[in-house]
Amino acid sequence: MSVLLQTEPNNNALVAPPSLENQPVQMHTGGGVGAYLRKVGAIADKDLRAEIRAKEVFSTMTVFSVLAVVIFGMAFDLRVAFPTSVVPGVLWAVMLFTGVLGLNRSFGAEVDRGSLAALLLAPVDRSAIYFGKLLANLFFLLATQCITLPAILVIFNVNIFQTWILVSLLLGTVGYVTVGTLFAALSASVRARESMLPILLLPVMLPVFMAGTKITGLVLDGKGLNDIQRWLGILIAYDLIFLVVAFLVFDLIWEEL
Amino acid sequence: MAESLISVSNLYKRYGSKNVLKGVNLDVAEGQVMALLGPNGAGKTTLMRIVAGLARPNRGDVTLGGVSLGKAGTELRRYIGLVSHLPLLYDNLSGWENLAFFARMYDMQTPEPRIEAVLHAVDLWQRRRDAVRTYSRGMLQRLSIARAILHNPPVLLLDEPDTGLDQTSSQMLHSLIRQLGASNRAILLSTHNLDRALEWADSICLLRDGKIAYQASAATLTGASLRQLYAEASAS
Repeated sequence: MSVLLQTEPNNNALVAPPSLENQPVQMHTGGGVGAYLRKVGAIADKDLRAEIRAKEVFSTMTVFSVLAVVIFGMAFDLRVAFPTSVVPGVLWAVMLFTGVLGLNRSFGAEVDRGSLAALLLAPVDRSAIYFGKLLANLFFLLATQCITLPAILVIFNVNIFQTWILVSLLLGTVGYVTVGTLFAALSASVRARESMLPILLLPVMLPVFMAGTKITGLVLDGKGLNDIQRWLGILIAYDLIFLVVAFLVFDLIWEEL
Repeated sequence: MAESLISVSNLYKRYGSKNVLKGVNLDVAEGQVMALLGPNGAGKTTLMRIVAGLARPNRGDVTLGGVSLGKAGTELRRYIGLVSHLPLLYDNLSGWENLAFFARMYDMQTPEPRIEAVLHAVDLWQRRRDAVRTYSRGMLQRLSIARAILHNPPVLLLDEPDTGLDQTSSQMLHSLIRQLGASNRAILLSTHNLDRALEWADSICLLRDGKIAYQASAATLTGASLRQLYAEASAS
């Protein structure tokens, strides 16, 4: 990803500066799928670079998720005999609430700075902006989970590093950022977007939450693929349906900014 | 007569119950700089946003180089450069990285020489590696101009580009506008500074309450007569 933005040449201004008129501009027009994917990659790369410098989204999400796990751990430690009965709910609830923090910043920061207008002015398909943002959000949420999962392991002493739990978490995260990125774009220009986004998003995420919790619980109970495949199917179907829906409707969201 | 690059015909725009533009018509020929003047709320920014393709009119049409903005696809956006009173930049990236990112968005081939040229043109070459958040207001505005001209668009929309500029930066912007305007571009410029409008533009268009109240060649106006017209527009 990081190679997508060109690095500057290592020369300095000892030679005469180039004139504007002596610099003809050549642009690929059209460009097809390759150009589309390059723009998706450039948008995701730009978000990741900006986050590496600012450390706003990832650090907030990580601290929040670990704090949430600690609070759930303290709350259930006194009353629950078998942590495996609460860990599925804790894992997926923390994932959902943590994700909202990052999704809010995804388009909100662009609207606040006005940079979204510059992006919309460029000859870029609106859906390329969506997929670029989706990739960046996916990266932030998966990176946060790399911290959250060990925290759950330590605090609840439950091994959630099991193949089908991790697969369901990946599928659920894809579905979450697919819908979440779409709704973040919808609510970006709304004055109360911080409260509007979870109100819009969380009800739509119920199928993912239910399927994810069910799969995690079944795997922790020692069940195999036969028992969880129906729920896995729900997650896969959810991801595919909302990817297509988002691709189709995203252009309509920003008819006006 | 030079060909009209920006043509606005019978443009209406309404936000809720408020009619912001009420039948605006104007033409900016290639090589011409037109200053758009008017008090706050006259509709300057709305007109700029519609010409830039960031808002849709309720009625009327905008054509750029004879192509209707409403019917064109994304490719027509290559012909537009916009400088807004907001910098439209990413403050955690450096000046160079910002321009490199937008060069990718415009599918520019080997953009490095062009990026270098525009950074020199706005006198930011020495600060190219610094994060944009460390730039002063004037530097942000100059980088914003660099972003707008990076892809060498024939249509330039400058929405209050002199906001926050010191005297030196303002002179640099003036020289840049003259240079760009002389090279077959059409420039639509909105400002509150009447003296600059007279100095920088070839023609003046005064908006009042969503309509064009006055339109003339800048050469036919003096500072005093323009101030008189502006005061009348603001008072009504």
